[in-house]
Amino acid sequence: MLSKKQALLFFLGGTILFSIIFIAMSIDTVSKGIPAHTHEENMTAQVIHGRVLWDENNCMGCHTLMGEGAYYAPELTKVYDRVGPDVMKAILTSKVPWAPHGRKMVAYGFSNEDAEGLIAFLKWVGEIDLNGYPATPPLKNRLK
Amino acid sequence: MKYKSQKVAYWAFALSMLLIILQITYGFIQAFAHLGYDGLHEWIPFNTSMAVHKNLLVVWILSGFMGAAYYIIPDESDNELFMPILAYIQLGALAVVGVIAVAGFHFNWWEGRKFLEIPRELDFLVVVDVLLFLFVILMTLWKGKQRTTTAMILSVGLLAAALLYLPGMIWFDNHALDSFFRWWVVHLWVEGVWELIMGGILAYLLIKLTGVDREVIEKWLYVIVGLTFLSGILGTGHHYYYTGAPSYWLIVGGIFSALEPLAFMGMALFAINMYNKGEKRHPNKTAVKWTLGTAIVSFAGAGLLGLAHTIPQVNLYTHGTFVTAMHGHLAFWGAYGMIVFAIITYVMPNVTGRKIYNNALGNYAFWISLIGMLGMVSAFAAMGVTQVNLERRLGLDFMTVQQELHPHFWVLVITASIFTVGILLYVWNFMKYGLPTDEAIGMEDEFRTI
Repeated sequence: MLSKKQALLFFLGGTILFSIIFIAMSIDTVSKGIPAHTHEENMTAQVIHGRVLWDENNCMGCHTLMGEGAYYAPELTKVYDRVGPDVMKAILTSKVPWAPHGRKMVAYGFSNEDAEGLIAFLKWVGEIDLNGYPATPPLKNRLK
Repeated sequence: MKYKSQKVAYWAFALSMLLIILQITYGFIQAFAHLGYDGLHEWIPFNTSMAVHKNLLVVWILSGFMGAAYYIIPDESDNELFMPILAYIQLGALAVVGVIAVAGFHFNWWEGRKFLEIPRELDFLVVVDVLLFLFVILMTLWKGKQRTTTAMILSVGLLAAALLYLPGMIWFDNHALDSFFRWWVVHLWVEGVWELIMGGILAYLLIKLTGVDREVIEKWLYVIVGLTFLSGILGTGHHYYYTGAPSYWLIVGGIFSALEPLAFMGMALFAINMYNKGEKRHPNKTAVKWTLGTAIVSFAGAGLLGLAHTIPQVNLYTHGTFVTAMHGHLAFWGAYGMIVFAIITYVMPNVTGRKIYNNALGNYAFWISLIGMLGMVSAFAAMGVTQVNLERRLGLDFMTVQQELHPHFWVLVITASIFTVGILLYVWNFMKYGLPTDEAIGMEDEFRTI
């Protein structure tokens, strides 16, 4: 029968072993994987400006980006391809709430510069290699 | 209770009670906004109610953990708390920082990082506050007459939780890197060190409530927390499938997160077995219910419902949908909400000296909140499945699908109301116990297992 000491060794051994593996994988991901997948060389000052605004206004409190966030407003990973920069700019600079189907977005009324920063940021996100996410809807072509 | 300073626990629990009611209130604001009733949009837009709902959850659970530690550590180490005045200051400061943070969310003062919305300026205050808490706990343990496994596991969990908050405070220009380290905090908390804290509290309750030998309970505690880390550390990978990290996380995250339910299954079997093995029966039957309840519901919510969408091929379609909300609600309630309610239920008679633990009110609170939560989770499940099929599989527009979810949101509102009734009954019962009193010192013998 397992003794208390053996149980302690199981706990410590497993924790230490898997922590080391996790940290080693994380180092690889942070130093090589994410910079390559996100095309870090394309992260211009404008993209970073947009990233700061994304953070400051808690956009993921309603939207999802890379599938992360809240489920009140649309997923924005591919929004640049989906609606294009002109519509995005109109929404971001609007002084009245954008409200598709009555669901209101905060009317941020961003300046031109801020809106362009956010658009550049979302364009950059759209180009990240996300291992196949978001998937093309597999049943879309079956709809007649 | 044995020591006067254990009374601090009461105030931590009272803070938890207050905050859970606020959390639920903001949850209703969110549900009604989803249904189109967003009359508060000007003052409380959805991202505000979301940030408040999530952060209050974190704070009330942490406050519950702190209360548990303030009660358990003196008992286990056979010693008064070290400088209890610091414990009162720490709790007061936590409440003040919490109020400032929540108020700030209404004035666009936050960071858009799910679960970690508290702005970095306040993060430093949180760190100071947690250091103060750890100082009191670790000094008590240090000066104590004994160091039990239960107390050590609980303290290591609390210490690790504090350390893991730090990676979330680093700024990254790269959004994907920010997301990567955000999960170091959130995942390694809820599927890592918080389970250590939960395991420690659960072991303490089982020792007290079943009368089973401490050595047996603590041996299995090691096995369970061992399983938690064995699966949970590399299981972090399930957050890295589709967020800009390399594809090796799909394999590693998929395999190890599929093992995560094992730890929760271990916890459920452990609690049930210890209860059956115990020949003594504790008079506080409601505390026994919450204790067994948390072990079983956490297995269902965190274990099984997590498994339901953790495989990469499934997660490709469920990632970022209400399927996550389904899992999140039962996991948080089962694992962390219910363990906090379990320890409160056990502690209240001991700190107030009032033996009203088996009244109908406490019993109804348990069953009504449980039924309400299971109903809410069913509503989220129906939403999630509908959303996945219509939006992700058929490719319908986001808002078109959202409107198809309205019937499920009405079910959510009804079941959440049932849950709220359960919680209000619990809080009412909490208030009926009255304030902690020195007269309760030494009365614990009357509450021992018989």
